[in-house]
Amino acid sequence: MSARRLPSGGRIDRTKTVQFQWDGGKLNGHPGDTLSSALMAGGEKVIGRSFKYHRPRGIMSAGVEESGAMVTVGEGAFRDPNVRASTLELFDGLKAYGQNAFPNVRFDLGAVTGLFSRFFSAGFYYKTFMGFPMFEWGSGTGMWMQYEKVIRRAAGMGSASRSPDPDSYEHGNTFCDVLIVGSGPAGLSAALIAAKSGLDVLLVEQDFELGGDLLNQSSEESERKRLDLIAQVSAAGARIMTRTTAFGLYDHGIAGLLERVTDHLANPDPDLPRQRFWTVRTKRTILATGALERHIAFGNNDRPGIMTVSAAGAYLNRYGILPGERIIVATNNDSAYGTAVELAAAGANVSLCDARPVIPEALADLARQNHITLRSGTAPLNAHGAKGVEDLEIARRDGSAWKQGEVEPCDLVLVSGGWSPVVNLLSHSGIRPVWDVENACFVPGEFDGPVHMAGSAAGIWSMENCETSGVAAATAVAKTFGKSVPDTKMPAPGGWDNPILPLYEVRVPGKKLKSFVDPQHDVTAEDVRLAHREGLVSVEHLKRFTTLGMANDQGKMGNIIGMALMAEALGKEIPDVGTTTFRPPYTPIALGALSGRGVGSHFKPLRRTPMHDWNLAHGGTLTDAGLWRRPWYFARAGETIKEAYVREAATVRSAVGLCDVTSLGKIAVQGPDATEFLNRIYTNPFAKLPIGKARYGIMLRDDGIVMDDGTTWRFSDTDYFMTTTTAHAGKVMVWLEELLQVRWPDLKVHVTSVSEQWAGCAVAGPKSRALLESCLADPGAVSNENCPFMGVIETMLSNGAPCRIARISFSGEMAFEVYVPSDFAPGMMDLLWGAAETLDGCLYGLEALGALRIEKGHVTGAELDGRVTIDDAGLGKMASDKKTYIGDALRKRPAMIAEGRPRLVGIFPKNREQTFNAGSILCKQDTVSGLGEGWITGVTYSPVFGHWIGLGYISGGHENWAGQTVVAADPVRKGNVEVEIVSPHMYDPSGERMYG
Amino acid sequence: MIRIPCPFCGERDHSEFTYGGDGTIVYPALDAPAKDWLNAVFQRENIRGVQTETWHHVSGCRMWLLVERDTMTHEIHSVRAAHGGMAQALEAEQ
Repeated sequence: MSARRLPSGGRIDRTKTVQFQWDGGKLNGHPGDTLSSALMAGGEKVIGRSFKYHRPRGIMSAGVEESGAMVTVGEGAFRDPNVRASTLELFDGLKAYGQNAFPNVRFDLGAVTGLFSRFFSAGFYYKTFMGFPMFEWGSGTGMWMQYEKVIRRAAGMGSASRSPDPDSYEHGNTFCDVLIVGSGPAGLSAALIAAKSGLDVLLVEQDFELGGDLLNQSSEESERKRLDLIAQVSAAGARIMTRTTAFGLYDHGIAGLLERVTDHLANPDPDLPRQRFWTVRTKRTILATGALERHIAFGNNDRPGIMTVSAAGAYLNRYGILPGERIIVATNNDSAYGTAVELAAAGANVSLCDARPVIPEALADLARQNHITLRSGTAPLNAHGAKGVEDLEIARRDGSAWKQGEVEPCDLVLVSGGWSPVVNLLSHSGIRPVWDVENACFVPGEFDGPVHMAGSAAGIWSMENCETSGVAAATAVAKTFGKSVPDTKMPAPGGWDNPILPLYEVRVPGKKLKSFVDPQHDVTAEDVRLAHREGLVSVEHLKRFTTLGMANDQGKMGNIIGMALMAEALGKEIPDVGTTTFRPPYTPIALGALSGRGVGSHFKPLRRTPMHDWNLAHGGTLTDAGLWRRPWYFARAGETIKEAYVREAATVRSAVGLCDVTSLGKIAVQGPDATEFLNRIYTNPFAKLPIGKARYGIMLRDDGIVMDDGTTWRFSDTDYFMTTTTAHAGKVMVWLEELLQVRWPDLKVHVTSVSEQWAGCAVAGPKSRALLESCLADPGAVSNENCPFMGVIETMLSNGAPCRIARISFSGEMAFEVYVPSDFAPGMMDLLWGAAETLDGCLYGLEALGALRIEKGHVTGAELDGRVTIDDAGLGKMASDKKTYIGDALRKRPAMIAEGRPRLVGIFPKNREQTFNAGSILCKQDTVSGLGEGWITGVTYSPVFGHWIGLGYISGGHENWAGQTVVAADPVRKGNVEVEIVSPHMYDPSGERMYG
Repeated sequence: MIRIPCPFCGERDHSEFTYGGDGTIVYPALDAPAKDWLNAVFQRENIRGVQTETWHHVSGCRMWLLVERDTMTHEIHSVRAAHGGMAQALEAEQ
């Protein structure tokens, strides 16, 4: 191929030069070029290397279906692989590289794999390597993973950067009456009518210029028409977005758009996002997405210098390039003739192979007048030339088959195997296209719904009818909005003067050819036949076995050919083989665009407690607990985390400690039926909870599994304050709302989340009462008489802050939880901390909290993991037998109360010097395998015992394992540790410290 | 993405809602036999077509809704408050 830029013509701006780099070398193009057109004008032929065989590949198209010219753009963290050069707008400073090749695409050592191609046929992964070699040590997953590494390195496409994506992306939302996808003659006409009838129109175009196929025309008249339509559409008030791909169509009129904001700019404004991901909510959608020209499978049809006819037309008319000097145009339909004539007029030597045995006189005349050699009943058979096509073996019709014909030298082969309407988006919305025999393509067919098709996407071929179809679609849409518009009849699909001759593959008996169906994944016609011989009959299986249509282009280039060959092998018609379902996205989308701004610290919302800054100012190290950030430990100078939490836990046991417990869920339960409601949702009785008392409660799910635990405080006949675990606060709130609204609408109860309104601090330890006495306006409020164990008071801090105090204990010490309205939180902490310091107290975090509660055998989310019953957790005595409650019936199912179920236990290491891990599997000493007998939910170093302890579950509970050695197996981390099983109530089982 | 017309808030994306479950289940009394509870909790029809289901407008008004949705097409046929009294009050207003 010897492409060259013509001195005039095209839509490029020859007065300006754009400099870019290709594989390190400097090249020039013009504004208006794509990377493809600039490379073609620069004489580059080999742009990529193929996936499996490393065959040289050139430019095959001028659009999104490109399967040869795949490049990597940018450097370092900005590297973007598998970019279609044919749609990449050229800009100053663009750096593009060939990919899947070493050292470069022109000379690639990986090409030796092509010599072994017979080993790399479809399904070779499965057949060649699974279970090979046939002896024990070589089979199985382990060895497979070794082979896979080697294969993966050889096969593949561009490689992504390993660095975090440095670009920023935005998400946008918009609404419209009608979304029009595609700005060709159909889309522009539709937009004009819709906007004129007063609808809110959004017109999106993936290209950087509006016009669709109007951009590829040579006549001045069509350019005038394009400019006129655009001006009218704008004037009529339609919103227009270019460089914007409608990548998916979803239920209820939702469409996904990707807007490329700065990809085409040399020095973009750093405040602009690279791309915007739009969610459009539209009432109606018109798809004017055009059609893609099909290739034909023949020998070496993937060589650089073989492309579609329409691509050559685009390079000639849009980019001012004559893509070859000696051109063979191979077609089975009328559409190629116009381009052939234009290429001849531009100075190329053109010969035309028409597969149809008889060519109508009008076409023959046209060829003759333009000095085009025309051969009827011929088709391309096999191309030659290593890095660019040099000659083509031509096949001649032999009855219904083909026979070997002459060889003709050439530097460019153009192929037209017919046209496939782009029905991808329609397919996203669940509508299956139907096969149109006359036009040899899938067309939208008849369907209802908010989607309308127009233009060649509906199988309409002539420019005039495309415009009419756009008008007809917009008219139909306007009518659904109650607008009175004159009727326009939708033209029928088709429009060629002479029928197309279906042709998908050319071969002659006895000749072995490398004919590509899906060049991007190196799937050949032979692979499809192999799949058939292997017994695959469905297109969906064919796809998975051969990977046909699973590459970057998602079958835009090869799907129909693959289906046609499968149909032929099965002796069926194409529609009987099925259609593959297209799925979003239509063209690839950067993952960064999907996540938008939801990365880094914006990945999830951060919940800070009102004491957040106070905790930090007092030496707290924080950790994530769900969305909350909670104090983890408060290390003093030189302390490690372990030293810190051990000191904190010991201080709570000996003096007093303060802990931010704001993250606990807090729900106000109010109303005349609040008592009845609580009595139904908790397993233990609440009907007789006195005012001024709190009660620990457990709630179950309908199926009898524990949902959550917490305390509920009673302030009046109708006013309760419920606390939940941090982890389940949201879930419990939703559950209470469901019960009240759906199941028991007769109960007069209101639930309100007040988690944000109240800030909480636990005051725990033998000196906790002394501490509070010094901080309250009325020190007597916390005396044992006024505030006994589980007592609740409403009072005031000495600084005037109103507060709620309950004497409840998670640590097992005498302890109080003090809540103030959130704004008073720092003041409360200053006050409490001042008193704590005089009592040798400390601040403690989650780590010490965990140590204290494990010593006591108190459960948290780690133990209440959605699998355990109330009996499993050792809380069976909390289940009332005097009343019924949610989960009562199903918790008594035989398997739920079986003797051998895992029960909550305490765990000591046999050798007290040893540590062990949460997550370990508890096994019998002689059977360290399988699921074992139980598991460990939490471990801590216990200052009370002076060694590591843990909580967990083991079959039958601790009585079952008394005196036995159990193995805590942790095969992937630190190995196995011998442990003893003890009662979960490891410290102060009678609770004297708590009640005292 | 589907759009749900919330009777309290108007038409919203389904991402504002969470799916509840079968909206036709009548839960037995708390002291009903286990068999009734088994049926209510575990036995579900896998409907191809229109089914009534509960949705919670969790990122909106936090109301539980009864939604008639076609499982084949996602078409929404009706939405009303799950709380019968509120549904009646809303309908009376219109």
